[in-house]
Amino acid sequence: MSELLRKVNIQQAMQAIWTLFKKDLLLEIRQQYSFYGILLYALSTLFVLYLSMDAPEPRVWNGLFWMIQLFICTNAVAKGFLQESRGRWLYYYTLAHPITIVLAKLLFNTILMGFMSLISLILFRLFLGAPFLDPIRFFGIVLLGGISLSLVFSFLAAIAAKAQQNAAILAILGFPLILPQLILLQQISTTQFSGNTDFDLIPVALLIGLDALVVILSTILFPFIWKE
Amino acid sequence: MSQVPRYMHRHWWKISGIILLAYTIIAGLLGPVPRLPLLQETIRNLYFHVCMWFGMMILFTVSVVQAILYLRKMDRRHDLASRHFAGVGMLYGLLGYATGALWAAYTWADPNIPFAESFSTIARDPKLIGAAISLLVYFAYLVLRDSIPDIDRRARISAVYNIFAYVILFPAIWILPRVLESLHPGQDGNPALDVKNDISSGMRIVFYPAVIGWTLLGVWIATLRIRTELLKEKQYNP
Repeated sequence: MSELLRKVNIQQAMQAIWTLFKKDLLLEIRQQYSFYGILLYALSTLFVLYLSMDAPEPRVWNGLFWMIQLFICTNAVAKGFLQESRGRWLYYYTLAHPITIVLAKLLFNTILMGFMSLISLILFRLFLGAPFLDPIRFFGIVLLGGISLSLVFSFLAAIAAKAQQNAAILAILGFPLILPQLILLQQISTTQFSGNTDFDLIPVALLIGLDALVVILSTILFPFIWKE
Repeated sequence: MSQVPRYMHRHWWKISGIILLAYTIIAGLLGPVPRLPLLQETIRNLYFHVCMWFGMMILFTVSVVQAILYLRKMDRRHDLASRHFAGVGMLYGLLGYATGALWAAYTWADPNIPFAESFSTIARDPKLIGAAISLLVYFAYLVLRDSIPDIDRRARISAVYNIFAYVILFPAIWILPRVLESLHPGQDGNPALDVKNDISSGMRIVFYPAVIGWTLLGVWIATLRIRTELLKEKQYNP
């Protein structure tokens, strides 16, 4: 451990994170099937919902929206760590510090999930209507939700990858653990459906706190699992 | 290696656990309790139901401490301890759910309809949500553990998940009651009950020993399981 905890040069670390992030982005651009796969997943799930019910009431809309977000997130984020082969891990081991690897993955996954959240919000708006009053503010909430979901699932995907498991175990590990965040998110978003304009900041602050906690935990714990 | 930690051989804490539990059962069932509307005699369930949750939280905390110790020292005994303390914690959680369901059936549920009908309304209570989440998380822990064949990798990864889950879970259990409405005693963020305000002093002199007694019993069960595992290991690789 001591060699891992040696003083990390911040600038070098930033550069390493940026390089690893660019690598993930490049992979995503070169192998676009997975990106379109998630997109198609979102679209077809939503279309099934659209055909099975018309214009759900706000409570149902809210529940459905966050459930779909959850499933999109498991699909989008699972790939990040699971795609890395054993050989590639050995290669990273010679090149990079584990903290930079995990931070680069978290960054990439949050951006990917933020993008997916935007798309699924637009799809929901088109197919199932919009019970929320202020679209910009609701988009902010959705973005925050997407980030929270992707942070937790990214680290769990690392665990699942290291356990040499498939994406199924990700759902088993993640669904109970994400429930507190999901409850908070549903609380925040239901306030957006009624006319009252006051916005409760406490749940938002709690969510951001939990997110920070997840990032800190990931950086502390990832060095323990990345080595074989 | 498989040397049993010394405290597991000691008798004094096991005997005091038994004495405390005997006191809990006798004083708990016969002692004076306040007559409260709706609760009446069911309030005696406090010595069993609430203690299960306290015991569960203490055992999970021991489990996570053992997981941290495992990651620091890479000693198999800490891994075994982490696994079995979590196991007994889950047993306590299930018993806590069962005693809670019994209690709710006589207090919260509508007596005119079957209990199963009102269960879905009752289970929405934030404290029950928190309890259900923690049980699910630890079941997932067991699934993850059993899915990894390699012993060292299993120990390492399940220790990491244990720490991650614990650190996410416990703030959440303390937070949720603040943002959701609840029928359960112990408002304002307390996940179980507010010992200072919710129960009378006559009950507290039974309640505190009961918590210690049940926890000691849990530790005893866990140590027995750890010792059996260590013996099994010795048998296969002498």
